[in-house]
Amino acid sequence: MLEQAPAARARNFQEVACGYRLEDALREAERCLLCPDRPCVAGCPVGIDIPGFIEKVGRKDLRGAYDILTDTNLLPAVCGRVCPQENQCEGVCTVGESLESVAIGRLERFVGDTAIREGWANIPYIEPNRYRVGIVGSGPAGMACAADMAKAGCDVTVYEAFHVPGGVLRYGIPDFRLPNEVIDAEIDNLKKFGVKFECNTLVGRLFTIEQMIGEMGYDAVFVGVGAGYPTGLGIPGDSLNGVLSANELLTRCNLMRAKEFPNFDTPIPLGRRVAVVGAGNTAMDAMRVCLRLGAEKVYCIYRRSRKEAPARLEEVHHAEEEGIEFNWLTNPVAVLDDGSGGVRGLRCVRMVLGEPDDSGRRRPVPIGGSEFDFECDIVVYAIGTNANPIMGQTSKLKLNKWGYIDTDDDLATSVAGVFAGGDIVTGAATVIEAMGAGRKAASSMKAYLGLRDPNLPYLVDADAGDRPFGIDRRERNFVRVRMAET
Amino acid sequence: MSNFEIVKREDFSDVTYLLEVRHPLMARAARPGQFVIVMLNENGERIPLTIADFDRQAGTITLVVQAVGKTTREMQQACKTGTHLHALVGPMGVPSATTHAKKVVCVGGGLGVAPIYPQARALKENNAYVIGVLGFRNKDLVFWEQKFRAICDELIICTDDGSAGIKGLVTEGIKQAVARHSDIDEVVAIGPPIMMKGCADTTRPFGIRTMVSLNPLMVDGTGMCGGCRVKIGDEVKFACVDGPDFDGHRVDFDDLMRRLKRFTKEERLALEHWEKGCRLQKQIDAAAVSPGGGSE
Repeated sequence: MLEQAPAARARNFQEVACGYRLEDALREAERCLLCPDRPCVAGCPVGIDIPGFIEKVGRKDLRGAYDILTDTNLLPAVCGRVCPQENQCEGVCTVGESLESVAIGRLERFVGDTAIREGWANIPYIEPNRYRVGIVGSGPAGMACAADMAKAGCDVTVYEAFHVPGGVLRYGIPDFRLPNEVIDAEIDNLKKFGVKFECNTLVGRLFTIEQMIGEMGYDAVFVGVGAGYPTGLGIPGDSLNGVLSANELLTRCNLMRAKEFPNFDTPIPLGRRVAVVGAGNTAMDAMRVCLRLGAEKVYCIYRRSRKEAPARLEEVHHAEEEGIEFNWLTNPVAVLDDGSGGVRGLRCVRMVLGEPDDSGRRRPVPIGGSEFDFECDIVVYAIGTNANPIMGQTSKLKLNKWGYIDTDDDLATSVAGVFAGGDIVTGAATVIEAMGAGRKAASSMKAYLGLRDPNLPYLVDADAGDRPFGIDRRERNFVRVRMAET
Repeated sequence: MSNFEIVKREDFSDVTYLLEVRHPLMARAARPGQFVIVMLNENGERIPLTIADFDRQAGTITLVVQAVGKTTREMQQACKTGTHLHALVGPMGVPSATTHAKKVVCVGGGLGVAPIYPQARALKENNAYVIGVLGFRNKDLVFWEQKFRAICDELIICTDDGSAGIKGLVTEGIKQAVARHSDIDEVVAIGPPIMMKGCADTTRPFGIRTMVSLNPLMVDGTGMCGGCRVKIGDEVKFACVDGPDFDGHRVDFDDLMRRLKRFTKEERLALEHWEKGCRLQKQIDAAAVSPGGGSE
């Protein structure tokens, strides 16, 4: 796939990966063996019929490919960009056993982008069932749940605390990985399903979950508010000006458009030398944002080695290409004060990997006497988040010992009619996992409301070909209503 | 939901103004001590403002704003009765406790006078003996005196120059109240950090519980960005979701004041940028009107 050259892209917010042209997509689609065991489908958190859509791409039937994708995935243009495919579908691809795996994500993005460009939307025929469903949070979990419930005929309202919908897709993931137009297009699709969005609404404080299922008359509620609440390191100098969370940096830059300050009012701390602590996707985004904002030097500080870094390989690779200096096996011990409340540098210690810990990863241990200082003026923490406390403060939802919402296997919470999924249940994870949780919760909500789940018979009859029970798949599945055939 | 219409505007002085915004749901949900986040327009920043009052019947909330920075000055120009805010979200934060105390000193300094009002009122409604201590720079800046008299058992006005009430800072008022009453359960103080620090220092020797409402910089106001983190004793807390009320004797005010200066440079830049735009606009307006000699 074409990419912007590292030197050029590190100074702009345009998308890094330019996407496939038709001929690239056709060539890549041809590489799929259409193998019978379809490991990729099982590897996908939402179970996309991957060989099915790739086959359609190979036959230049992009609309058909889009139909298959939207059977199970609401946001192909988003997921094609941000899913960690190497750990999912592409990680188990049969071709990948001997050659490079089929680039499933890129093909998915190609189809999703084509749909946006062509204005395709698979608006199903929806029979209203008069159930009202409230969704708290408009991020990937909420959007996926909203789509499924709207397709099932429910009257769906999504509440968002920010002034624009999209959740982490909007405030967290930078434009060069996921352009705003893509999010807008996917949200517009949801609106076409009849989903209503109410922004500027802080559920819990403006009204509670209990009020939603009580006086406000919602028959079921899904809570997908995300994790939030970034953690600090708890080292000296933590609270100096110039130390901030990746969430804050990214929100200022992406959502509030601080990169266009002062034409937009929100300021952003600009650093000449920036140290980002952590090596997850959020850390990579933060580093690359700082480069684009004009930092001369951006360092990554991570206490384990490259192998353990939780970020997608592609993201680490892109960051390396753009000139981020990686300091593996390095742990900060103090942020150094410049004497006027700002940051002068970071004191770190070198680490070595010891015995495996509970997570199975080798535990990093400090090397005695290896402390060193280096100069920087901004320190960004991208080391994870704790549970956001608002739901716990304002509702009777049972929480687990870490403060995340407690659910059963069906994602039902301790309050009847209330379901939850995504980061507020599992802790920080990926966009596609949140979407998977949103869809799973939708399935449970349908069972709770006594609605027929259009996905269930179709999964059971997967072998029955295109016309199980003599009914055309497309007529049961709320995908594109077929035109009359002669 | 609401289109955030401004239904009333009142100017207390050159720099302080009141906005009443229509938002029936929020008027119903708001409790003393909570705040909102406001965006003036699409390009605007999100600024936290403490809720100064709410009227459940009329379905409005009241904000009292001081024009100090770019956004609050622009709001002073743009927010007129009948106009709309771009965004208004809340009520945010944990409401203040108002049912536990029997005798309370409610201290408001400058802009803090407005948000202390709903707390004082709620305490009064819960049958507490309420002593109001309000601080202003001078007589001309005094506002809401009658409103406070109606709900306070005693009211002490303090001005820097003695032009109204007693001469001195609010800490002087606290000292007077403490001298007259030996059974004060709690002091609640809202105002600039330096004032709240002074209040906490004043009550510390007497061991009177002192609650303060912190006002750090925020972006989302929902606990997501951590920009509003404050040091309370040994702990780090987020003012937006863990506060904004904290025990004043445990707050690290120096840390708070330092963190409030995070964007001093950018704030000045934004103000200059905006003022330049205003001047240009004035010239354009003047040029458009003058040649024909006033074609209105």
